[in-house]
Amino acid sequence: MIDADVVVGLEVHCQLDTKSKLFCGCSTDYRNDGPNTHVCPVCLGLPGTMPVLNKRAIEYAMRVAKALNCTVIPESEFSRKNYFYPDLDKAYQITQYDKPLAVGGYVEIEGDDGKERKIQLTRIHVEEDPGRLVHMGNAERGRYSLVDYNRSGIPLIEIVSEPEMRSPKEARKFLNKLRATLEYLGVFDSEKEGSLRVDANISLRGSERVEIKNITSYKGVEKALTFEVTRQKNLLRRGLKVERETRHYLEARGITQSARSKELENDYRYFPEPDLRPLRVQSWVKEIILPELPDARRERFVQQYGCSLNHARTLTGELKMANFFEAVVAGDEKNLCALAATWIADTLAGELNYRSMGIDMVDAKSFTGLLQLLREGTITDKSGIEVLRVMLDRRLRSELAETPEAIVSRLNIAKTSGDDAALTGVIHEVITENPKAVEDYSAGKNGALNFLVGQAMKKTRGCADPGELNQLMVAALKNREQ
Amino acid sequence: MAVHTINFEPDDRYNAFLKVCAKPSHGEGKLVGIAIAVKDNISTQGIETTCASKILKGYVPPYDAHAVGLIKNAGAAVAGKTNMDEFGMGTSTENSAFGPTLNPRDTGRVPGGSSGGSAAVVAAGMVRMALGTDTGGSIRCPAAFCGIVGLKPTYGRVSRYGLIAYANSLETIGPMATNVADVSLLMSVIAGHDRKDTTSHDKPYDHTPSGDINGLRIGVPEEYFGKGVDPEVAAVVRRAIGRLEDLGASTVPCSIPSMEYALAAYYVICTSEASSNLARFDGVRYGPAADTRKSWHAAYQDVRKQGFGPEVRRRIMLGTFALSSGYYGKYYAKAQIARENVRKDFARLFQDVDVLCGPTMPMIAFKLGEKSDPLSMYLSDILTVPVNLAGIPAISVPCGKVQGMPVGLQVMGRPFEDERVIDVAYAYEQAVKP
Repeated sequence: MIDADVVVGLEVHCQLDTKSKLFCGCSTDYRNDGPNTHVCPVCLGLPGTMPVLNKRAIEYAMRVAKALNCTVIPESEFSRKNYFYPDLDKAYQITQYDKPLAVGGYVEIEGDDGKERKIQLTRIHVEEDPGRLVHMGNAERGRYSLVDYNRSGIPLIEIVSEPEMRSPKEARKFLNKLRATLEYLGVFDSEKEGSLRVDANISLRGSERVEIKNITSYKGVEKALTFEVTRQKNLLRRGLKVERETRHYLEARGITQSARSKELENDYRYFPEPDLRPLRVQSWVKEIILPELPDARRERFVQQYGCSLNHARTLTGELKMANFFEAVVAGDEKNLCALAATWIADTLAGELNYRSMGIDMVDAKSFTGLLQLLREGTITDKSGIEVLRVMLDRRLRSELAETPEAIVSRLNIAKTSGDDAALTGVIHEVITENPKAVEDYSAGKNGALNFLVGQAMKKTRGCADPGELNQLMVAALKNREQ
Repeated sequence: MAVHTINFEPDDRYNAFLKVCAKPSHGEGKLVGIAIAVKDNISTQGIETTCASKILKGYVPPYDAHAVGLIKNAGAAVAGKTNMDEFGMGTSTENSAFGPTLNPRDTGRVPGGSSGGSAAVVAAGMVRMALGTDTGGSIRCPAAFCGIVGLKPTYGRVSRYGLIAYANSLETIGPMATNVADVSLLMSVIAGHDRKDTTSHDKPYDHTPSGDINGLRIGVPEEYFGKGVDPEVAAVVRRAIGRLEDLGASTVPCSIPSMEYALAAYYVICTSEASSNLARFDGVRYGPAADTRKSWHAAYQDVRKQGFGPEVRRRIMLGTFALSSGYYGKYYAKAQIARENVRKDFARLFQDVDVLCGPTMPMIAFKLGEKSDPLSMYLSDILTVPVNLAGIPAISVPCGKVQGMPVGLQVMGRPFEDERVIDVAYAYEQAVKP
């Protein structure tokens, strides 16, 4: 069975990055504060309280709907989703049901076949986040659980896709694209813990559909789906059937587990929320002006800066990276674009990822300085990486920043060049110390040259240009033969 | 603002108060020093608010309902919290977890409900005014049974913020007093827009009652004098309408065909909303605590089984059923259609007439324990629920007696014409003043 038989659909819940909650004035900035400190009678669901809709949240949701080419419904409506759970203080969630804010639309991704493809969306709706349970011990055996309502009432949008992704990797790409779009729109902060939650539907063509609930990270989506594909394929290989069921993703173990819990068999008894009026946004949605979105910016990066499509895609795939790139090349576009594209999209991205650092921890000015050193030939690529690592590590340890120039001079790794007597000396040393290799080279073994250049490179601690070194070595060997 | 206190020591022989504030403080304003009783489903900061239910025993709201804040700002003193049918579910105030309230006119009879406590404290002269709430007649019914005046304002005219919801789309807070002028005065304080209730309208009430109803056109719906209405009550109310004609009004016989379905629609809608509204009472945050040694769903079951009275449990189950998948279309959705038809019938009638008049209740106050089966109790709401379905204003004003018990004349008006129903009630009241 090949991956073309995998069918994936996603339900993505994103917290909208508003200042106050969806139905009250409480601050949404609760992450660094104690439990139940960002609450009021409304978001605690105290008897007699009523929701007052946060207009900014609706505006944010409409930005998303517009950016994803959805059709905004002229009159949408809030409904109550009724179920009992201790984190849900009203015992119903105010959400949207049969009249969502927007329907249709799409997210364009690069498919596994390398071609751009539109993943169609079913709908987008707005709802409130419930509170959060903190289990003492674990959920099954712990003595009791505590409940924190700080999260209660945080605005969420739920974006539901059609089952049109064909692999876990495409699902990840869909999410990445979605995240980028939401960040460009200024409505979402992906770095906030728990700001994204995903339910994924997956089936192998011809088999039952399995829903994986409550995946809380970008990587988790791909991992959970990959696990599920393997699990389902194994079942089929052994002649067993895939059950239609709901499974939980256990992030720590990287597996999914059947959720045979009664709570998931709820009849939610939806009905229109009587305390809120229908939402009429038709004229409002026309007034919304969208900023430049990832696809447009990617095109611009290709056109304006001459980036390769791949580099442009990586650079614009995250708002902060795109901004960083433009900050770095500003003022010297002509000279820096090509260098910056490679160094940011390839080198810096990798080094940051390795250190779990965000690009906002890198100072654009220092980074530009590093690129200038590279461009002027003051240091080699290899030394450039060394300088970059020093810069990042110092930042990570919260040490005083050092300019790239200072690092180069402190480590004494400025490039040694051909008109530098030192380099000529190194070449002679290598030739003298490796008579066997020199002999092999004379006998026509080209591998010997690589060995000799490598030895010379070592002696310069990477401070010489490899190409230049190669030329000098060949010339020296030729001189010797004459 | 100067703060004063009054002494408030009512002789409550009717179990009308659940909580008395002996020395309530008050400030200045147009209600200065007036002791006002507040129905126990309206949140009062620092004063226990139980909805006459065991499940909220010990719950002290940290905030005032908007209407309560307004009466305090106008200088009134909150005299106490009044008894009611648990969560407003009843027509007699017998469904209180803390015992029934007795009718001050005849202690062998019910005061009506669900704002029976508020009506009784006014009728017995313990306070001058009270706040009640009306979901399907809960202000007008006890006003009629106890012989006082009660206004059910237009839906959206008075903020519901702080009113512990039973059926959000139907209910409203409203004023109760012995006379129309006081009802109008209290209404002028509590009406208006509140940004915490986005279903409230920016329609303040600033009105002095006028007895001039010359030229007024009164519709008299036949259904209000038909089957199920005590003929003696009907006769008293017809005579009252005759007095209004004497004052220069004219009457037009009319019909509200949708009334056939109004009661059924009402009970489907109110129980559906109630099943959702009352789901939050689980013992986690307030009221008697859940047993933490049990699993949460088992603990919820215990708390709710022990905390709610039988009528509340019945309505929660009815509503849960009406909303469940497979039945929603049959019940909830159909009820909404019936509701729309009621609204249309009223709108049509109000093109020809200015107000509609009829009895508030089809009978006088019944005896304690007389209506033991729920259905006959529900049927007594037939003349009050159409108003709630349509969201229009209606007032009940005493208009005579049958077997020594008061009868209420109900005057129903166009949406946001609360002033007009007040005027009609005032005209009648002034005309019959001894």
